[in-house]
Amino acid sequence: MTAAQTVPAPRDSAEGAADQQHPVLRIDSMERHFAASGGGTVRAVDGVSITVGRGEVVGLVGESGSGKSTVGRCAVRLDEPTGGTVHINGTDITHLSRRAVRPLRKDFHLVFQDPSSSLDPRMTIGQIIAEPIRLHRRARGAAVRERVEELLAQVGLRPEHADRHPHELSGGQRQRISIARALSCDPDLVVADEPTSALDVSVQASVLNLLADLQRDRGFGCLFITHDLAAVEFLADRIAVMYLGQIVEQAPTAELFADPKHPYTQALLSAAPVPDPVLQRSRERIVLHGELPSPLDPPPGCRFHTRCPLATERCRTEVPVLRELPGGRQVSCHLVGDDGTAPDAAV
Amino acid sequence: MTETVLESVRGRVGEPVLSVRDLSVSFRSDTRTVHAVDGVSYDLHPGEVLAVVGESGCGKSVTSMAVMGLLPPTARIGGSIRVGGRELVGAPEKELQKIRGKDIAMIFQEPMTSLNPVLTIGRQIGEVLRRHQGLSRKEARERSVDLLDLVGIPAPRSRIDEYPHQLSGGMRQRVMIAIAVACDPSVLIADEPTTALDVTVQAGILEVLQSLRERLGTAIVLVTHDLGVVADAADRVLVMYAGRSVEEAPVHDLFATARHPYTRGLLGAVLRPGGEGKRRLPEIPGLVPSLDSQPDACTFAPRCSRADDTCTAGRPGFGSVDPGTGTDAAHRAACWHPYGAGEASDTLTATPATEPARPDQEAGK
Repeated sequence: MTAAQTVPAPRDSAEGAADQQHPVLRIDSMERHFAASGGGTVRAVDGVSITVGRGEVVGLVGESGSGKSTVGRCAVRLDEPTGGTVHINGTDITHLSRRAVRPLRKDFHLVFQDPSSSLDPRMTIGQIIAEPIRLHRRARGAAVRERVEELLAQVGLRPEHADRHPHELSGGQRQRISIARALSCDPDLVVADEPTSALDVSVQASVLNLLADLQRDRGFGCLFITHDLAAVEFLADRIAVMYLGQIVEQAPTAELFADPKHPYTQALLSAAPVPDPVLQRSRERIVLHGELPSPLDPPPGCRFHTRCPLATERCRTEVPVLRELPGGRQVSCHLVGDDGTAPDAAV
Repeated sequence: MTETVLESVRGRVGEPVLSVRDLSVSFRSDTRTVHAVDGVSYDLHPGEVLAVVGESGCGKSVTSMAVMGLLPPTARIGGSIRVGGRELVGAPEKELQKIRGKDIAMIFQEPMTSLNPVLTIGRQIGEVLRRHQGLSRKEARERSVDLLDLVGIPAPRSRIDEYPHQLSGGMRQRVMIAIAVACDPSVLIADEPTTALDVTVQAGILEVLQSLRERLGTAIVLVTHDLGVVADAADRVLVMYAGRSVEEAPVHDLFATARHPYTRGLLGAVLRPGGEGKRRLPEIPGLVPSLDSQPDACTFAPRCSRADDTCTAGRPGFGSVDPGTGTDAAHRAACWHPYGAGEASDTLTATPATEPARPDQEAGK
């Protein structure tokens, strides 16, 4: 069947195991511009490049309006980019017609934030999970039911759940159903857009454990889109940080948390409160001033300069490029040296 | 904002500004009765931040709505809620209207749905001032500018004539706070005030709340599910589970030595950013119970690793965790077998939730 099954990539050694040469997802210079109602162009995504290796989990982090969800929607062709390309398993799907994309959809799937609005309330759980299996002709007859029960077991539910409707399940269980459906055709790529953000703490823990287990066992590549830094640290091998339609920093997870280079990443990490009063109250918090600029009219130079505590004249005029740093990192900031020396925005 | 009006409305130090006793709230429909809150008591002292934490359906928001007198007529409310010595349960609506906004005010999760989209923000703040303090239009406007400044809105003189849609989410929440504190209430109830906001914006709102407490002495009930926010802002914490109080403690005690197994489970399940690496998250097995009944037993027992026959035979009292000494009276828990202060948590089994589903429970917001 798929290569994902024959090449299991253990999560712990994913940096080595993830196949960067033949990525499951390759996004090159993606742009998604919208025509604004009052004239002008909303640059929701403005030149984003990301690859997700086979068996790799890449976290895409950003705040509201950063364009992270638009990247995810374009990656699975729920939306069409206005520039750049999207390759899945080497196939260019950027501008394929709906009909042409359809047979390819078995290879990639999206998990949405809110399972109560992404599951059809009139279908049973069994029908919801079986739908992709039937459409892609992965099984027929009694084998479909068998496959459904197998998937239910994998996400921690019982066979009899197949006969229930979404409203009979809890939020956490519904998200498990979304995950079972996403995995029903053994995809090579799962794009998960805030899959745990609507869930309670204890439920979130179980869904994150489930995603981590399944990803390790099945070895699918995953683009994990979230605003939740702790969740992305838990799941991702590598993290890309977005600000106003662009990636400002990209690094392996541990390195990003230990030593954020971009002032925006530093501010983001410092602002997320830690659930430990002693630690939290002794932390230096970088409070960003000013508002998120409109993507209709992004600031010249570095897009972050209007809120950056360290901005210089060069930042106001010259656009920084995303450049390579040692250790497989990338950053787009004039103030970071080529050897990776970065200023501290908290000082 | 002036500090002069402060002293008049404050009670004596040591006397709670808000006192909730044995509060119960149930909602009755044709087919079922939901017991959303069952026997919750707490005191809020001047200038104090009390965090009320719990997961969806634990009754934390219903408790706040009861305090504000904002529950629908289908709600049956028992117990007592006293603000500045006045009883609110059973008080006529007219009486409540005098208290709401003046002595006790509330901010909500989603500022866009709480603000009137067709009125300028100056008009909306001024409305409160004119109604409760009888200010003239001009006085109200001046004071509104002060209030916007207090909550950290830049250029308040020009911003005051803007409409809610012209502001960002964080700025709207600041406007809500300005409206809430316009009459210098002794109690501010903040129900998930930062949940809809980005972390960098959240940091700013938490600082505004902190400065209100410092500059005006406002006591705050901070309703939240976010333990990071609790760790940042609270003095004291009340943990709720399935409509009941399960633990109450000063914030440092709660995080360092939680006694109730549910609190331990909650603290264990929360993700901690920064350098912990990849570990398996401890889960709390099972699902929250249905609120169709409030049995005479510990309602956490079915999910608890320490539960025995005692737990299912009777409801634990909500008392001091160290009854002998009396020194630790601020730390209370409702548990038959609470953890000792230095005792390590049992390893929570990581069994997935395979219990039969109960709709409406554990559901996302």
